Amino acid sequence: MVEALSVNELFPPGRYFLMGNEALAIGALLAGCRFFAGYPITPSSEIMNFMARYLPLVGGTFIQMEDELSSIMAVIGASWAGVRSMTATSGPGFSLMQEGIGYAIMTETPIVLVDVMRVGPGTGQATKSAQGDVMQARWGRHGDQEIIAIAPAFAQEMLELTIDAFNLADTYRVPVILLPDEIIGHLEEVVEIPSEDSIIRIQRIEPKSPEEPHFGGDGARIAPMPIVGKGYNALITGSTHDEKGYRKTQDPNVHRRLAWHLVNKIRRNRDKIVKYEIIENESARIGIVAYGSVYRAAREAIDLAKKKGLRINLFRPITLWPSPERQLRKFAENLDAIIVPEMNTGMYVLEIERIVKDLLPVYSLTKIGGGEPITPEEILRFAENIIKEGIKK
Amino acid sequence: MSSARYSHPLDKYLRTEVIPHVMCPGCGNMSIANAFLRAVDKIFGSFEKFVFVSGIGCAAWIPSPHFKADTIHTLHGRPIPVAIGVKLANPDLHVVVISGDGDLVAIGGNHLIHAARRNADILVIMVNNFNYGMTGGQLAPTTPHGAITITTPYGNPEHEIDVSKIVAEAGANYVARWTILHQIQLENSFKKALQMEGFRFIEVLSPCTSRYVPRNFGNLKNILDFFKKNTIDIRVAQRKGSTEGKIVIGEFVIRDRPGLVRSIQELRSRALNAWRSSR
Repeated sequence: MVEALSVNELFPPGRYFLMGNEALAIGALLAGCRFFAGYPITPSSEIMNFMARYLPLVGGTFIQMEDELSSIMAVIGASWAGVRSMTATSGPGFSLMQEGIGYAIMTETPIVLVDVMRVGPGTGQATKSAQGDVMQARWGRHGDQEIIAIAPAFAQEMLELTIDAFNLADTYRVPVILLPDEIIGHLEEVVEIPSEDSIIRIQRIEPKSPEEPHFGGDGARIAPMPIVGKGYNALITGSTHDEKGYRKTQDPNVHRRLAWHLVNKIRRNRDKIVKYEIIENESARIGIVAYGSVYRAAREAIDLAKKKGLRINLFRPITLWPSPERQLRKFAENLDAIIVPEMNTGMYVLEIERIVKDLLPVYSLTKIGGGEPITPEEILRFAENIIKEGIKK
Repeated sequence: MSSARYSHPLDKYLRTEVIPHVMCPGCGNMSIANAFLRAVDKIFGSFEKFVFVSGIGCAAWIPSPHFKADTIHTLHGRPIPVAIGVKLANPDLHVVVISGDGDLVAIGGNHLIHAARRNADILVIMVNNFNYGMTGGQLAPTTPHGAITITTPYGNPEHEIDVSKIVAEAGANYVARWTILHQIQLENSFKKALQMEGFRFIEVLSPCTSRYVPRNFGNLKNILDFFKKNTIDIRVAQRKGSTEGKIVIGEFVIRDRPGLVRSIQELRSRALNAWRSSR
């Protein structure tokens, strides 16, 4: 057996100037990710390039697969062999990986998948930023399901939220999707690399015996996960199965129970899973909900507004799915209107409307194409316009 | 139902609670399972450290749920990448893919070629029944030219693929082809392949008695006669200098190139040496 280096031997704790994608890869190494399979695609390739260089040094395995279909399936195989595993891609590759995500959901396989969002559909604009995959992350597969999706907004968060992503994946036995937009993937800023000893790694729970059910339940409890090769005789299938893994494709009750388990294990733990951030200004009447790189512009916009005497509140869903539903309603309670700026034609705004439209009007500010970010001035102008023209009833 | 069942010497390898199995009468799948289990029993004596990976289709149901081992029943076409992930994450395991021709050659064909090129340390057993049995008997890449399937009711206008030849060319360490009638040769191939490193591929020609046989052979006896009369061992063909227009069977490739696991372990040493010398 070849000896391996620790992550801190490669990257001693301290302050570094790093690209978002590199910070994410270091976060994965710190989280204990020791298997990566991927396929080249802009603007996520730096993650794969980084893993190819550093995974072998920490005793891990890197493999460049023939496509994204196989990349995600290799990651699923490695996860069942007991290794924390990840892949990274962008739009077109994310589309191909949907079948694998569906399989991972059905088999309750913990994996982490990064989709650095670029302009689509089709090949789109490979090097330009967008936020057009937020609904694909949630709804991209056939069938009933819930997943977890997280949108970092800083290089530091690329590292920290990746560690969270692995812990969430193992806790809930579900694919966790990291959804940075291209701007966050490629921006370079100061990142604090922590000591490996300070990292909390949630351990998977293995069954007590081969007889203990490996799957499903009633949504309240996550079944223990066997590791293949250890004598559990794990029976794993993407078909409808009972809690011991037996295919039961003719029994409506077995499917009903399984589908509700897959959905409820996330829904019932929503408040434990969601992360969000709120900036509140006294007596503000307008609120903004923004995520990813647009959050950075929105933060700037409310500062600009303050200087002009206009007070605006800001809510950032860090966890996009499941959405911070209860927290968003509370945020909306004392406001007259909410603006949702996004680099797409208006996607996450639909979720915000679903949650708060009985409380107040929701405005969608959209900008797509060319990778031009939404500027703070544009957000401020939009807010000023709403006030000038009168808030819609 | 179980009270009527007699015990079998290979029962310890089976989830006996799912017997009787659901394969059609005359299907070759369980004859292949039989030869495989005899090979495992003689070489290893148990399923310890075995992981089976299969795709979608009748052959994929050989290990899942019948084999009492870890069995991963994956998506259509994707057992090979899953098997590679399992093997690379834990090289101590024996990782075996059992699936059909549609799964491994059509929708999964790219993975098959690249797994052979990488010499990934897995054994792939491909049951070739010349069509898609589970979905009603549609055209497969292995369906012979002119043959009748439900999607080629006027005869197959395309030409069949020689899978074993392609896998051999792509770089596998072991490639063999037999029919279900070659029980001894099949068992010996399994025994040999299970003890080798690198990519190993065994193709088994098998009758699909519900779909392909009625449309092209009338009955089971006719296709089994065809397997006997229209196959030629590669050594005989080489001696005669001709395949006589028959399907070539036998061992096509036996190589000892280093497998992917060994190559990656060597890479790790090189990486560490480079890192140390750069300090």
